[in-house]
Amino acid sequence: MNFDLTEEQQLLKDSVTRLLADRYGFEARKGFQATPEGWSRDLWRQYGEIGLLGVAFAEADGGFGGGPVETMLIMEAFGRALTLEPYLATVVLAGGLIRRAGNAEQRAALIPAIASGELLLAFAHAERQSGHDLFDVGASAREDGGSFVLNGEKGLVLHGDCADKLIVSARRAGARRDRSGIGLFLVDAKADGVARRGYRTQDGQRAAEVTLTNVRVAAKDVLAGDEDPFPLIERVVDEAIAATSAEAVGAMSEALDMTVDYLKTRKQFGVPIGSFQALQHRASDMVVAMEQARSMMMLATMMAGEENAAERRKAISAAKVQIGRSIRFIGQQAIQLHGGIGMTMEYKLGHVFKRLTMIDILFGDADYHLERLSRGDGLIG
Amino acid sequence: MDLRFTDDELAFREQVRGFVKANLPASIRQRILEGRHPRKDDIVTWTRILSKQGWSVPHWPKEWGGTGWSAVQLLIFNDELQQAGAPEPLAFGTSMVGPVIYTFGSDAQKRRFLPRIANIDDWWCQGFSEPGAGSDLAGLKTTARREGGEWVINGQKTWTTLAQYADWIFVLARTDASVKKQEGISFILVDMKSPGVTVRPIQTLDGGHEINEVFFDDVRVPLENLVGEENKGWNYAKFLLGNERNGIARVGASKARIKRIRELASLQVYGEKPKIEDPLFRMKLAAVEVELKALEMTQLRVIAGERKREKGKPDPTSSVLKIKGSEIQQATSELLMDVVGPYALPYQPEREDGDRWNEPPVGPDWASTIAPTYFNLRKVSIYGGSNEIQRGIIAKAILGL
Repeated sequence: MNFDLTEEQQLLKDSVTRLLADRYGFEARKGFQATPEGWSRDLWRQYGEIGLLGVAFAEADGGFGGGPVETMLIMEAFGRALTLEPYLATVVLAGGLIRRAGNAEQRAALIPAIASGELLLAFAHAERQSGHDLFDVGASAREDGGSFVLNGEKGLVLHGDCADKLIVSARRAGARRDRSGIGLFLVDAKADGVARRGYRTQDGQRAAEVTLTNVRVAAKDVLAGDEDPFPLIERVVDEAIAATSAEAVGAMSEALDMTVDYLKTRKQFGVPIGSFQALQHRASDMVVAMEQARSMMMLATMMAGEENAAERRKAISAAKVQIGRSIRFIGQQAIQLHGGIGMTMEYKLGHVFKRLTMIDILFGDADYHLERLSRGDGLIG
Repeated sequence: MDLRFTDDELAFREQVRGFVKANLPASIRQRILEGRHPRKDDIVTWTRILSKQGWSVPHWPKEWGGTGWSAVQLLIFNDELQQAGAPEPLAFGTSMVGPVIYTFGSDAQKRRFLPRIANIDDWWCQGFSEPGAGSDLAGLKTTARREGGEWVINGQKTWTTLAQYADWIFVLARTDASVKKQEGISFILVDMKSPGVTVRPIQTLDGGHEINEVFFDDVRVPLENLVGEENKGWNYAKFLLGNERNGIARVGASKARIKRIRELASLQVYGEKPKIEDPLFRMKLAAVEVELKALEMTQLRVIAGERKREKGKPDPTSSVLKIKGSEIQQATSELLMDVVGPYALPYQPEREDGDRWNEPPVGPDWASTIAPTYFNLRKVSIYGGSNEIQRGIIAKAILGL
């Protein structure tokens, strides 16, 4: 058992932290958000230069052979800086699907382009009715003379507006809520029949609603071949939960640090408000919630690579529950302890709060995962 | 970063598990897992079994009977023992006064007391809290004055756990009233058989007799029973309390209680289905398990961090362990209340003496300890520095407020 980083991991952490400290101040972030795309192409290119975009892929595929720990370090730094770039969408979600479900040709065609920053991807999976159930897929894929024809509507496609290609889930067989029969298709975002409506999300990120009308997909663009890709989808979403847990830990650390600084500097009644015991104890409870969240982030990171799916999902759900609960407590208390300034758009804290709130909702909120966990035989073996 | 136990650590766990399985008497194991208090004999018997194996004070320096295990091994050891239903070692000796003596005591004190603590030949209790000095421990009023080559101690201690069995008590006493309150306190070892020592029981909410008041009325103690330097007792007390917090997460004990909750909830049927099939109950149970899993990881992180810390300085993060560990213990006792339902009501203190009691129990035979355990465990957020004191420590030592 050790919690130490390797030398390479420490270097990676230092370089992403340094880049964001130099280039991703809150004012700079406001500028990126105000552009039409809502994030910075320049920073994206630099992420590529320092290796962030390729680190999670195998060296044989043109990546750097990193794993969940590397993703954790990057996402935690992104969480602190509240970055807006499509890392989760392109590298973690879609990249994860290509890494796990792509054949050699697909990997060779796509991964180097992701790693260099040239190719943006998005995972078009959720639908209006699906809630947090990953198996609920109503979009259809009809086989037609060796190729497929897709129809249906996909919603909340993270960074789906800027993506060059979409990975679309659609049903090859079975009924809407069957666990089997789902297929994965690589679709050019500008292909005939693809209509996208991009929008800003509450936390300042971007997403799109996607309509597919008789979109034709060649057989070579089917992922996972004839294998059922659903277990791979679950696996990649579990990896994304570990990744967003790290992003949440970064954002919570930022919220806690800002709050403690504020308690030390803000004066009322002639003294720093941090001298009041009621507020000290609240801040201490935030520390407890923070430490518990950080512990479960590490558990999620460790278990993201677990081959035993039942064990992996149990740990990931447990992490999601703890992270979600810590998010609510730390986010809400950070605003409360700041008072009025925490309520304003001009101050960073409120944006941290909003991103945290949305991370809880992504991939199943705390209650969803608690319910899933409660159906099993427990965590204490 | 690799959070899995190494093969060596896993093998060590198996070794400990095997030893406990082979050596812990079944009657003791049953008593502990049923939520009853261990008897004095249970603790003595088990400590001597461990002592024979060389495991009764594993965390001590090797020359005084320690094992030289790593922090992770110690954690595994404690976790296994707690899960298996072994009685806790008598912490007042092994985790409190023992480390104070081997760190600050004289050579004569070490030779005299440490082997007897390790083999539980002496039963120790803790003379810290007083009626007027709880969270404000340094405000204590018990005095020790030098007179004719002896200390003469007067005053009163309270909440003194298991003092009814004690051979010795370690006492914080005021030896200088003219200086700042923390700077006039000394740490003195007192033989409970000394004339002038009186123990009066205090009954707790559960009906049990765990705690006592201890009165000192002109109790005469040899000067050599002072530990370390006169008026430096507060430093030793802080050292002791920091050590106490490290063991206070009690992850293994909470794991054992969760297993018991599952077991009992599968037996207990109200209406048509066992309690374990109630979705609301399962959600509540899962929520506590998540917190416990997180606490277990946090504890490992604290231990990993200790390697990089100055020796002897407790990590303020141990206050996080105290707060969460106590909250989880209390939460598990609430879940047991959910399981037992209406048959929590009958008050059957005589069931504590299970094997001397011939009447059949009222209600399920496992039900009688549930409410008393719930009542009793309210103590865990109060003792060892109340959770409010811990929040103060976090605010000051971690956040700098």
